[in-house]
Amino acid sequence: MNYSIIRYIVGWVMVIECGLLILPGLVALLYGEKTVLAFLAAAALCGVTGGLLVLRKPKNKVFYAREGFLTVALCWIVLSLAGALPFFFSREIPSFIDALFETVSGFTTTGASILADVESMSRGLLFWRSFTHWIGGMGVLVFVMAILPLAGGYNIHLLKAESPGHQVSKLVPKVRSTAGILYGIYMLLTALEIVILLFSGMPWFDSFVLSFGTAGTGGFGILNDSLASYTVFQQWTVTAFMILFGINFNFYFFMLIRKPLQAIKMEEIRYYLGIILGAILLIVPWIRSLYGGWEETFRNAAFQVGSIITTTGYTTTDYDVWPQFAKTILFLLMFVGACSGSTGGGIKVSRILIALKALKKEMNSLIHSRSVKRIHFDGHPIEHEVMRSVQVFIVAYLGVYVLSFLLVSLDNFSFETSSSAVAATLNNIGPGFAGVGPTMNFGDFSILSKLVMIFDMLAGRLELFPLLMLFRPAVWKKF
Amino acid sequence: MDIIIVGCGKVGSTLLEQLSGENHNITVIDKDASKVGRVTNSYDVMGFVGDGTSYSLQMDAGVEEADLLIAVTGSDELNLLCCLFAKKAGNCRTIARVRNPLYNKDLHYIKEELGLSMVINPEYAAAMEIARLLRFPSANKIDTFAKGRVEMARFKVQQEHKICGNSLSQIRTQYKCDLLICAVERKGEVCIPDGNFVIEPDDIISVIATPVNSNYFFEKIGADTHKVKDAMIIGGGTITYYLGAQLQNMGIKLRIVESNLQRCEELSDLLPKTMIINGDGTNKELLLEEGLANTEAFVALTNIDEENILLALYARKQSRAKSIVKIDRSSFDEVIRELDVGSIIDPKYITANYIIRYVRGMRKNSTENSIETLYKILDGRAEAVEFLIEPDCPLIGQKLKNLQTKDNLLIGCITRKRRVLIPGGDDSFQPDDSVIVVTTHTGLKEITDILRR
Repeated sequence: MNYSIIRYIVGWVMVIECGLLILPGLVALLYGEKTVLAFLAAAALCGVTGGLLVLRKPKNKVFYAREGFLTVALCWIVLSLAGALPFFFSREIPSFIDALFETVSGFTTTGASILADVESMSRGLLFWRSFTHWIGGMGVLVFVMAILPLAGGYNIHLLKAESPGHQVSKLVPKVRSTAGILYGIYMLLTALEIVILLFSGMPWFDSFVLSFGTAGTGGFGILNDSLASYTVFQQWTVTAFMILFGINFNFYFFMLIRKPLQAIKMEEIRYYLGIILGAILLIVPWIRSLYGGWEETFRNAAFQVGSIITTTGYTTTDYDVWPQFAKTILFLLMFVGACSGSTGGGIKVSRILIALKALKKEMNSLIHSRSVKRIHFDGHPIEHEVMRSVQVFIVAYLGVYVLSFLLVSLDNFSFETSSSAVAATLNNIGPGFAGVGPTMNFGDFSILSKLVMIFDMLAGRLELFPLLMLFRPAVWKKF
Repeated sequence: MDIIIVGCGKVGSTLLEQLSGENHNITVIDKDASKVGRVTNSYDVMGFVGDGTSYSLQMDAGVEEADLLIAVTGSDELNLLCCLFAKKAGNCRTIARVRNPLYNKDLHYIKEELGLSMVINPEYAAAMEIARLLRFPSANKIDTFAKGRVEMARFKVQQEHKICGNSLSQIRTQYKCDLLICAVERKGEVCIPDGNFVIEPDDIISVIATPVNSNYFFEKIGADTHKVKDAMIIGGGTITYYLGAQLQNMGIKLRIVESNLQRCEELSDLLPKTMIINGDGTNKELLLEEGLANTEAFVALTNIDEENILLALYARKQSRAKSIVKIDRSSFDEVIRELDVGSIIDPKYITANYIIRYVRGMRKNSTENSIETLYKILDGRAEAVEFLIEPDCPLIGQKLKNLQTKDNLLIGCITRKRRVLIPGGDDSFQPDDSVIVVTTHTGLKEITDILRR
């Protein structure tokens, strides 16, 4: 175990966070709020600690998969701890656990809040809350890799540990350029959304903050009713962008390098869009009576489906009052999640597709016991290793879900509340049903439950293994 | 530069190791998914699994934008076909490894007709390297610069050599010959010595000089300088064939020991003037009977590394012969180097080095930097870089002693109008000089990089 390289990278993450904290500080300054001091204090703390950690360059820059996992997990924990400081320092969220919950929810692009009244928060903190979505969406270490010339080829282990999906591949030969391209696409799409929202007449602050939330598939709103009070056009715009950010970024890369054929051939995206369309069509008849017209019905169905499957968590209506069937579809969509290689969470469409194909193959081999069939995905055969990791992932995912559910139910909330609270945090969505529905919040849970959900959010964002590794003593040993 | 490497076997991996550190965008293609996985996990490169001759895969790997495709799979035909496709599809430069002796005679034709930029035959390259070492047995390794006008020879100082205990400045005045001791390895550490450095026995020194001067110097200090007259080769593989043919031309008497009778007969057809002995090369009696004790050179070329090492160690014990060992898997080279086995020849490393030299030459054309040749010397721990001084170089005319150069950096020699000059402090660069710089700093790009910043 190469501890010094881990220290070095964690240090850099802190230095970068110091820089990132300046931005909301400026916003606070712009609105003349006192919180600017909280941001400055947090930034200074980050900068000094990070600076000390990176002062000595590690001699041995070699690191392997386990250092990669550990670095990513530690970076995210440190990032969240430091990110919670402004909330805590400004006393707007007096409990540190609550502040941590809010920050983790931000960085992991969950969007689950403990705040009962969002509108009473200061502008600087609201900006920071949504900005954490944007940072967490593409990943901090991807950002670190894009700007820092780190150790040779080994940083692929970092990219692999941080990026969602069953198989992380590079777009171009260099990790650094790949990270740069991903962030380029990310910024471009975000900027596009900001511009469109600005043109639709949304105030500057709102369009920035909402776009950050959409881009990272986060879901922190700045109004108590999330997005319900925005115009029809703005709601449609956000719907479209939520779905766009749930698409595998390779798609945009292929489009950029003018290989649209390869982009369209991506199986995952076809199924992803198919699932969205199917879910909308299934929900519409059940909720038709709740809304005024067809447009409104479709808009609400599309917005909620897009928001849940991409694991964003914005809402335009209280879907908790929908009929059971519609709610169940939403609940299932929570687990499906977005495409791999996107900013969304959940199990990912690609994994579900592969698991279903494996199921079909298994059924087939029960009938024809001697049949040989390789599973293909996007026209390429799936290696046995990949298959295995997909299956293990799904089992581990359910395992974490069940265990967390058990622990959260100690709080004695209703079945629906506890189960959906865990589903909403593990899948990085935000709102659940009943006690944690769109109009409610997570503030009433006990400290234990909050800690469990903080873990779930991080585990969901980093796809379980980096975080589960922390609990294996063997990982920490030098040999 | 965008480079595609087809095949990540031994040569492919060595290429990757070197080139990925030099800011190229590298894509590898191999049929074996686990090999691709291994290299993409350890180097910053992109991998594709599949057959390199597939047009669509080459397109996926970006052959259209690539500057160079290097085909180094195990199959000659596949390599040639790969290069042919790449040439047509991407109009890039191509390098192929072609090792079948059958093609070796027609190599020139193949290269010209298929439009390849370079064809490399690892066994042939290794044989040439061995032949060069046999010409000058004191050296461990010889590299050439300035189109062969300057040599860098590396050799181990023995107790009986007269330079032991002398400092470099003493050596310079005492022997009055134009040469430069540019690097010293002592106990595994490489250093670029200055005038006060004292040579000790068992140091491995690298000397830059013209071939004539280095011969003169080695003679003066009491090292062996005559070329060998006879040699014993164990193992009758392809390298042996090339080496045999070369040595036959040089008039060196040869004995080749090979255990397979059929191969012996083949070799006897191929090398009619050479004595071929059918027998087990690891048989002590056989070796002694065939005159191991009196041979001047001993070359172990069997396919088993361990056997080669043991044979060389035994030969060192029995005779004063110059011994050369072929090693195919150099994963434990730091251990092997500590053993007294003589020169070590690694065909894959030689092949990779030839290709890398070509790639670095290409870089010169594409980004206008002035590197002529670049050698990774002393196992990559130091570099010897040959620069061409452009007419607008800011260093022209400045006396060398006034230049604030980096530590561990030495200006080895200047070739000016075909004359080789070992520079002193009062010399200066002139336009069109070719300058060799020896340094442990890697990644010099311009001659001005030698200055301390």
